[in-house]
Amino acid sequence: MEGALRDNTIFSSVYDFVLNHVVPDGWDGWEWAAYGIAAMSVIMLVVNSLFALTTWYTYFERRLLGRFQNRIGPNRAGPFGLLQPIADAIKLLTKEDTLPRASDRLIFNVAPVLMLATTFMIVAVIPFGEGSFLADLNIGILYISGVSSMAVIAILMAGWASANKYAMFGSMRAVAALISYEIPVVLSLLSVVILTGSMSLVDIVEGQSLPYLLVLPLAFLVFVVGISAELNRPPFDLAEAESEIIAGYHTEYSGMKFGIFQLAEFANVLLASAIITLIFLQGWRWAILPSHLWFLLKVFGTATLFIWIRATLPRLRIDQVLAFAWKFLLPLGLINVLAAAIEKLVWADPSNSELLLMATINWGVAIVAVAVFATAVNNGRHVPVHTVIAGVPPGVSSAEGVY
Amino acid sequence: MYGLGMAKGFGVTLRNLFRKPFTVQYPEEQPTQHPRFRGQEFTWYEDRCTGCASCAKYCPLGIIRIVTDPHGGHEQEGGNYKIEVFDIDQGRCMYCGLCVEACPFDALHMGTSFEAARNRRSDLVVPMELLKSREKHPSTWFRPQMERANYNPYSQAAEDDKAVGREPFLWHPKRPEMRSYSETPEASTGTNPPRNEDVLGNGEQE
Repeated sequence: MEGALRDNTIFSSVYDFVLNHVVPDGWDGWEWAAYGIAAMSVIMLVVNSLFALTTWYTYFERRLLGRFQNRIGPNRAGPFGLLQPIADAIKLLTKEDTLPRASDRLIFNVAPVLMLATTFMIVAVIPFGEGSFLADLNIGILYISGVSSMAVIAILMAGWASANKYAMFGSMRAVAALISYEIPVVLSLLSVVILTGSMSLVDIVEGQSLPYLLVLPLAFLVFVVGISAELNRPPFDLAEAESEIIAGYHTEYSGMKFGIFQLAEFANVLLASAIITLIFLQGWRWAILPSHLWFLLKVFGTATLFIWIRATLPRLRIDQVLAFAWKFLLPLGLINVLAAAIEKLVWADPSNSELLLMATINWGVAIVAVAVFATAVNNGRHVPVHTVIAGVPPGVSSAEGVY
Repeated sequence: MYGLGMAKGFGVTLRNLFRKPFTVQYPEEQPTQHPRFRGQEFTWYEDRCTGCASCAKYCPLGIIRIVTDPHGGHEQEGGNYKIEVFDIDQGRCMYCGLCVEACPFDALHMGTSFEAARNRRSDLVVPMELLKSREKHPSTWFRPQMERANYNPYSQAAEDDKAVGREPFLWHPKRPEMRSYSETPEASTGTNPPRNEDVLGNGEQE
């Protein structure tokens, strides 16, 4: 067993258990069995816990959204409505699986699978506790940003194969938004990588003596906004804007295929919260509880932020969304990278007090940059519009003109 | 400043998060309606009803069936017709309340209940016997005298038509100066206030 796997506590404990207690004494050369069993058990644990957490997260989100909107939320199925996700799953499984006549059958069926696959590929590099991960990839962040942008292809496939104009609109909007927001998100990740000097998520967590939320506030802002656009969540949920294009790219999907899309979206929210927790909130560190539980708590706390955003902000128009990415987030991301790079040149290996100084500088930079660019975007937006009400003579108010 | 409005919005939603939910869990928790609620279970005081059938005439759906006998032991000495049938088909009622508005003797009142579900449409027809026998919780809709007497249909029943009181119909759209007279408090206190013709005199009737 190699070093990286030895660091994985779950894997190594299962491995040792199989070798020492299951394989009879005196049998040699059974390491492959222990390896297989340990690997499978870790994979099963992670995948199933992601499924379970996602289904429960849908309940959490609906319940919390209800409270934000002054109502109770799902509370009928089971105690406190806790069985609502199961009821939903049963409903989705028993629904008719429709296929539009003009659809591209193969691509139509592959799209949800691909969507879920990208989600589960991201889980591979997420360390969800001290020494608990599927793979401590040394290019973890690069891998995440590469794999997550594959979801765009799944969305485009779904929209195109549906042979439905609304699905096509939705997928085109999703592609435009995702490609635009990928850049600021990667820029904010870049600043973290510059400070840490590593792309491995485990190294990033262990290198954070001060949470990067404090050290890099601009990166946090850009990342949260950008990732909520990438997740197709309100206020950037143009790809599935109900009031405009029915349900966007999954308009034609029903039954469990629709369920898979939903599952992937909610799992992506959890994963985005996990990434924010790892990169900006010190992951599992400073644990008052066991590290896995503490990590989970932070993830759900971050997910609450997303739910809060969803409960508050109305949906933007597509041009507003794209302008926000290119005119506001991109310059902020560049400033953030510049500041991080200069600070890295000045303090190559910052101590805690130097980190605090960096945090102070970065907060100042963040406030000034946000104010400057917000004013610039705001000024550019106020184009005087000359409105003419047809049939109303000058000097007469519109109400008089109507009557 | 940019972003301030957004922060205000976040504040609003955050405040809502810690508020008690507005939802009423209906089957377990009974929602209280306003006393002026126009509900089902019409309340009918048979002692007051003269069988004039104004309610039946004003009903836009024609669902009130009333059969009277002018010679059924009641001579017309300013008295009543004998009412033989008084049915309200609540299955078609839209609870507009025009019958209650039309009643010149305040004999018919709206109810306060809203659980009208039955298995058959025929069960929704309220016969006269049921109107007579059931507990009377009249709504105060179009009955200002009951509101002035602080009557609450949710806490008390009004079995006696004397307790309900009568609102003398004093003002007329063409005589707005009479309106102030009708709102004097003593108009509600009398056990049996004067009838309209006594107050208005013969000349005022159209």
